[in-house]
Amino acid sequence: MTAYIIRRLLWMIPLLWAVVTITFLLMHAVEGGPFSRERPLPAAALENLNRKYHLDKPIFLVSVDSDAPFVQFHGDSQYSRYLWDLAQGDLGQSFYVQDRQVSTLIKDGFATSLQLGIAAFIFAVIFGLALGTISALNHNGPLDYVGVFFSMVGASMPNFILGTFLIVIFAVELGWFDVLGWGGPENWDFWNPLSADFWKIFVPGNWDFRKVVLPVLALGVLPAAYFARITRASMLEVLSQDYIRTARSKGLSEWAVILRHSLKNAMVPILTVMGPYLAFLVTGSFLVETVFTINGVGQRFVDSVFQRDYGMIMGTVIFYTVFIAFANLGVDLLYAFVDPRIRYS
Amino acid sequence: MAREAVQPLEFEEEFVSRRQRGLWSDAYRRLIRNRFALMGLVVLAIIVAVAILGNYVGAVQRYEPDCAQACISARGDELSLRAGPSWDHFFGTDTQGRDMWSRVLQGLVISLQVGFGVQIFVLIMGLSIGGAAGLGGRTLDNIMMRITDVAYAFPDLLAIILLRSVFQGRDLPLVDGRSQEVLLMIFAIGFVAWVTVARLIRGQMLSLKERDFVIAARAIGAPSSRIVFMHMLPNTLGPVIVAITFGIPLAIFAEAVLGFIGIGVAPPTASLGVLVSQGYSAIHSQVWLVIFPTATIALLMFCFTFIGDGLRDALDPRSR
Repeated sequence: MTAYIIRRLLWMIPLLWAVVTITFLLMHAVEGGPFSRERPLPAAALENLNRKYHLDKPIFLVSVDSDAPFVQFHGDSQYSRYLWDLAQGDLGQSFYVQDRQVSTLIKDGFATSLQLGIAAFIFAVIFGLALGTISALNHNGPLDYVGVFFSMVGASMPNFILGTFLIVIFAVELGWFDVLGWGGPENWDFWNPLSADFWKIFVPGNWDFRKVVLPVLALGVLPAAYFARITRASMLEVLSQDYIRTARSKGLSEWAVILRHSLKNAMVPILTVMGPYLAFLVTGSFLVETVFTINGVGQRFVDSVFQRDYGMIMGTVIFYTVFIAFANLGVDLLYAFVDPRIRYS
Repeated sequence: MAREAVQPLEFEEEFVSRRQRGLWSDAYRRLIRNRFALMGLVVLAIIVAVAILGNYVGAVQRYEPDCAQACISARGDELSLRAGPSWDHFFGTDTQGRDMWSRVLQGLVISLQVGFGVQIFVLIMGLSIGGAAGLGGRTLDNIMMRITDVAYAFPDLLAIILLRSVFQGRDLPLVDGRSQEVLLMIFAIGFVAWVTVARLIRGQMLSLKERDFVIAARAIGAPSSRIVFMHMLPNTLGPVIVAITFGIPLAIFAEAVLGFIGIGVAPPTASLGVLVSQGYSAIHSQVWLVIFPTATIALLMFCFTFIGDGLRDALDPRSR
């Protein structure tokens, strides 16, 4: 098992290198640079900026020319500089937000995205489990059809479209909720449980629920629908088992049968899909962030592509890639933990 | 007592005349019996018919989708800027007086083109890479799977956004105008979407290679090409069709996302995502500009997801 984990971790290094290289080349293939403006900057200023950010250096290790030395190799290129910095754990500076480190920007944005993702995940788990259980208990009854219909519609509703509908209905027409920005506490120090900033997300007074509800709904409905569907299928299977009949015939209360005997045994397949969805919710929130103008890390990425903010583009792609890779590893280990029949070698 | 003539039992006749059903007709019957899938099929057929009638026959499209008030008034109709839905403009008009019904129909065709186009691209990439990995021996398998791993490691939507920005403003040979826009969109999404299908085909090929009927075919001396194309490929079709059907709504979604964040097809052509993002800026005053395109995207996604669900249940006998 340990050997398996080490092998997976080591394999991440060449993978990350490939992702970095491809992103680097793609990013420089986008037309325009970070300092191209509709009204061009003065030549001297542009030259100074380019020198400051090393944009005057050749981009890649090799450059191809139509003139005499057709192929040229460069010892000192932007690519090699970036790799060197990255190897030392330095993501560099943002090209657009002056004098800010990329890592700080990502950390700030991620503090918000993480709150949104976790809130949506909690909503999805509670709502999905409840709906799936109710559906299974009323198998082929009207409540079951309502549940199945919800899970099919919810699973095929794009979250930015759902978000738009929610805004139109509940914020614009009815005026029940606010929509601009995120209502959770800012500058959440999610790295450090010892600091005072870590604990402030548990204080209800720090949350503005008029702002929080709609984005969480928009992001959480899809996984809720999916969880409901799996819970229903899994519960139906468990409910037909003999031990449930035994539990009922012993005269246990219906609640005890449902919660302790059925739901607990139905959890295994549900748990295994929850892991990937937590990663999906934390990384896939950028559309909801765009719709609700929340300053999360996804929103930052979209902006950085438009601003040709090279440092931010690389930083966010690397951050997401590493996050997803670790999430996948965690999920695979969780499988083995939940289902002892699975062995990795 | 006279003995009656022996009559065939009633069910016997039925039994004799009952035709044997193959996999596909069986699957078809199961698909049709699935209420949600049938609903999806019918609604999708209506949508596609309306979109085609509108864009290629001109039967239901009232105005040119790209034309502003000038050409509407040239027909002798009244000018109407930001008009609500009416008999004249089913879905109202936008801020420049363009008829939304026509624009939504055009966006619908683009969404469908992107959805199906991406799947054709994915099928070609998936078949060649997945097939090569599954059939080409260990070394080729290793190389192909490493490539797939790298493509899989990219965060999907971020890679699509980046690719789309790279393609923006570039020219393809041979095609131009609207088809070029759609093709570039298809490439941007397709380059990210092929991984699932490639992995699926590789897995199928690897397991089929060891199955008895393939070994039997090889034993009687069938050439490899015949084994691959006649015996193995048809057996991968079921799961591939399901994956492709689920891929269509994902591609439509990705296209809508690109349009929504502002890097969709270039104006004056508008896809559904572009329409949503344009309507979004007027959400407080002209709600219908958002509602109609969003509802159309949602409807398309429902249809394909329902059909995909039905197909999965119909084509996988184990899930019965």
